Amino acid sequence: MKVIIDENKCVGAGQCVLAAADVFDQRDEDGIVVLLNPLPPDDLGAQVEDAALRCPALAIEVVK
Amino acid sequence: MDHIVLVGASAAGLTAADALRLEGFTGTLTMVGEELCPPYDRPPLSKHVLAGTLEPHKTTLRQDADLQRLRMDLKLGRRATHLDPAARTVTLADGDRLDFDGLIIATGLRPRRLPFGRDLAGVHVLRTLDEALTLRAQLLAGPRVVVIGAGFLGTEIAATTRSLGLDVTLVGIEPTPLAGQLGTQVGGLVADMHQENGVRLCMGRSVTDLLGAGGRVSAVVLDDDTLLPADVVVVAIGSVPAVDWLADSGLPLGDGVLCDSTCQVAPGIYAAGDVANWPHPLTGERTRLEQRTNATQQALTAARNLLAGPGGAKPYAPIPFGWTDQYDAKIQFHGWCPADARIEYVDGDPQARKFVALYHAGGRVVGALGWNSARTLRAYHGRLAAPIAA
Repeated sequence: MKVIIDENKCVGAGQCVLAAADVFDQRDEDGIVVLLNPLPPDDLGAQVEDAALRCPALAIEVVK
Repeated sequence: MDHIVLVGASAAGLTAADALRLEGFTGTLTMVGEELCPPYDRPPLSKHVLAGTLEPHKTTLRQDADLQRLRMDLKLGRRATHLDPAARTVTLADGDRLDFDGLIIATGLRPRRLPFGRDLAGVHVLRTLDEALTLRAQLLAGPRVVVIGAGFLGTEIAATTRSLGLDVTLVGIEPTPLAGQLGTQVGGLVADMHQENGVRLCMGRSVTDLLGAGGRVSAVVLDDDTLLPADVVVVAIGSVPAVDWLADSGLPLGDGVLCDSTCQVAPGIYAAGDVANWPHPLTGERTRLEQRTNATQQALTAARNLLAGPGGAKPYAPIPFGWTDQYDAKIQFHGWCPADARIEYVDGDPQARKFVALYHAGGRVVGALGWNSARTLRAYHGRLAAPIAA
């Protein structure tokens, strides 16, 4: 599983971090997403899918 | 379940479609949308689209290929006009009738309008992409703008239009902007920010009339007889749930579509997003959230519950989350921010416009707000206790 983020789309809602804190973080100043692990292990798959679905800006792409 | 119909083609409807397919629904999926364009996102409309910094097509929520992967019969520019829950049919304005086993209602909101001045040119509301583009075209002439309504939409429009260099007045019935949403203490900081940026504020005032000249708006009249000259007026005084098409359906309606705690309205019929009103399990109170993140979260729950059936349905108990971007401020909040809550600043400094505030009510933390503190705010998410019913 590979995760791709689009910083330009991100609105800083932080929903991804609430869904998968091992994979996503935020910059403090503007809340823009920080990708901690672009190749998360499979056991985080459901969390990462959930994060992608919950992102209001659709800034997360999951490639399997 | 063989045929699911989604009425409403915005964020909630689209997320429901996504979720149904992800959960393994292989039957026929039909989506009905009143607007002509494919599903798009609304939060950028009052900000980047109005400012002209985001091309309109970039608000599209799914590219064509992704929409095709959902294997959906997408009926755009078609309005649902009637629902028969017993016969399990949705009727469209052109007379077409759609049968369904499962239905998700996600028809969102319609802007409230003033009872006067509707026929005057230059008076706008902003809910759709078309309305945002029409308003933007008007702004290019450099008009004097009056924004009526100081909630999230009104304050964002004021910030955006002022950032375009226009003469802007913001009128609101509350003592401060966002008073009803974030309380007057944080609202006061919002007021300061707008004034420093050159927006004229008329707070604690209501609008009694709109004057016109030659068919075009010329001024806004306030309840203290103040006359605000205006070339463009934006009315942002809230919205009403788009339930007119359900009036004769027999479904329970009130402030929106009245669901149970699992978002079910009637057997096989669910609602999600701005239009859905449900008893929040944490508060016991009927709740309707006009938040972009709620459109997604509630649609996920409604879709999963529809497939799971009543026996497997889970209650919908989100901690609300919202945000607004104005000038250089990114304001975000978790939970509830009641106007009468006690505010505790726990991080940063309000005067420096970088802080986290907690909202205390009934001896608990019920809300957390961050101003340019997105990451720090999240750490306080866990401090939110389940609010008790009032």
